[in-house]
Amino acid sequence: MISEIVQGLAVTFRSMFRRRNTIQYPEECKPTAPRFHGRHVLNRYEDGLERCIGCELCAYACPADAIYVQGADNTPQARWSVGERYAAVYQINYNRCIFCGLCIEACPTRALTMSNDYGLTTDTREGLVYDKPLLLAPLPAGAAPVPRADPPQGPPSIARYGPQASLSQESGGVQPATAGEGREGLAPQPEERAGR
Amino acid sequence: MAAVIADALILLAKVVGVFAVLMVMVLLTVYVERKVVSWMQTRVGPNRVGPFGLLQSLADGIKLFFKEDVRPAAADRVLYLVAPVVIMIPAFLSLTVIPFGTSFGGEPAQLADLNVGLLFVLAMGSLQVYGLVLAGYASGSNYPLLGGIRSSAQMISYEIPQGLSLVGVFMYAGTLSARGIVDAQRDPLQVGFLPDWLHLPGWYVIPQLPMFVVFLLAGLAETNRAPFDLPEAETELVGGYHTEYSGIRFALFFLAEYLNMITVAAVATTVFLGGPDGPAFGFLPWLWPIVWFLLKVCAFLFLFIWLRATLPRFRFDRLMAFGWKVLLPVALLWIGVTGVVLAVDLAPARTGLLAAAGVLVVLLLAITLAGPLTGRDRRAARGAAT
Repeated sequence: MISEIVQGLAVTFRSMFRRRNTIQYPEECKPTAPRFHGRHVLNRYEDGLERCIGCELCAYACPADAIYVQGADNTPQARWSVGERYAAVYQINYNRCIFCGLCIEACPTRALTMSNDYGLTTDTREGLVYDKPLLLAPLPAGAAPVPRADPPQGPPSIARYGPQASLSQESGGVQPATAGEGREGLAPQPEERAGR
Repeated sequence: MAAVIADALILLAKVVGVFAVLMVMVLLTVYVERKVVSWMQTRVGPNRVGPFGLLQSLADGIKLFFKEDVRPAAADRVLYLVAPVVIMIPAFLSLTVIPFGTSFGGEPAQLADLNVGLLFVLAMGSLQVYGLVLAGYASGSNYPLLGGIRSSAQMISYEIPQGLSLVGVFMYAGTLSARGIVDAQRDPLQVGFLPDWLHLPGWYVIPQLPMFVVFLLAGLAETNRAPFDLPEAETELVGGYHTEYSGIRFALFFLAEYLNMITVAAVATTVFLGGPDGPAFGFLPWLWPIVWFLLKVCAFLFLFIWLRATLPRFRFDRLMAFGWKVLLPVALLWIGVTGVVLAVDLAPARTGLLAAAGVLVVLLLAITLAGPLTGRDRRAARGAAT
């Protein structure tokens, strides 16, 4: 009994000089796992057009009902995204979000991905509702800002961006949760889905 | 007349000085406890407020001071308000008789040299039980009541070995006064078989070793510190007797607990480790005794913190068994041994005899300690049942 007490005291005493496990969080941040589910990013193509087509599939997929999308039509004078529609309003409510990543899997254009950013604290609940300007990736260098008027030869076709449209300029530099499954195409094939 | 006023002013200055030092010591003890326990758990501990987080406990105190004072509807109004004060005042008073140095130019470094000195400390310790029971009862709630009852049972049980452990020293020193006990320990140790040039201090920890151990253990239990922190066992009783207290009233309980810790450390220092006794160096002759006293007190405080970070809590029946069946007999036995040695009067050899016998008794104590603490009694009971 006494020897056990002495052993215990020795353990605690030795621990005093061991390396501390604490991370001084706001000053030093531990790097996350590479595929950590953090804040979402709405991506763009290289030419600055938004990938999001306002289809609301992410909102349907969301189990926590955290996403609100309101689509609108692109016009020749004001083009936001490739195709007919774009997201006029895009909100993710981080009061509700559980960072499951189902929205990323649901997104047909790889518009929505997740970054490793986990610093989401604010003082108010309103501050946790992120809208489009907060989520949207920055304009690539040299790209014209959106909305923009269509060029004289007509609107850019989806085919121009193609199913193999590069993901390299997605912001965050993170491989999305579903990367490497061959679903980078803009339109997932139904049989491919069924086969999974 | 002028002399009276001067005396009163000096006394007032000393009172204010001791009060201020105690408050600062409590703040520092809280800080050091959090820091040391953190280190022992490989954490960092408070490091945000002030340099190295030194002002953390001050910030906590200010926070508690400005918090809302919630008073439960079922509480007994008067007793509820009185209880924390009843706990805190004795905690401060018991430190008045402890000499924390030798003297400042003729003025003794002690608030009051009562001739009943340490008896006063014990009396103040007993008074605190009222505070705990009142707090538990007046809260008008179940958990504080349980905590209060537990604490009264525990403190009354451990007061007895604590008091008895000092009796041996009183007999040996022939005085109850803290100053007298400190002075008696200043003579060098006379063991008989050690060479003359080896000047060991005549601290009572040597002839009264079992009492020292008993006093420390009983003192830990008296201050409701881990591993004897059953009255406020967070995991069992929410917060114990102070569950219903908030804000500054809670702070008073907290303050009293840490003051008690300091008191036990100070009394142990005074009675067993020679108080402010220690080698003085050339300059500042009044400073060294204070430094030695504080160092010894801090060593005890560190021991208490260390034990808290290491040991799990006692079960209540084992706590009682330990107090009544181990500490009390050992204290009584040692009073008997001390009495016999003093009566037979083996003047030069008595310290040596007592020291040798003391080591024996402490070893016995260590062996008996194993009984109520390990599962042996439980296994024995199971064996009897089958």
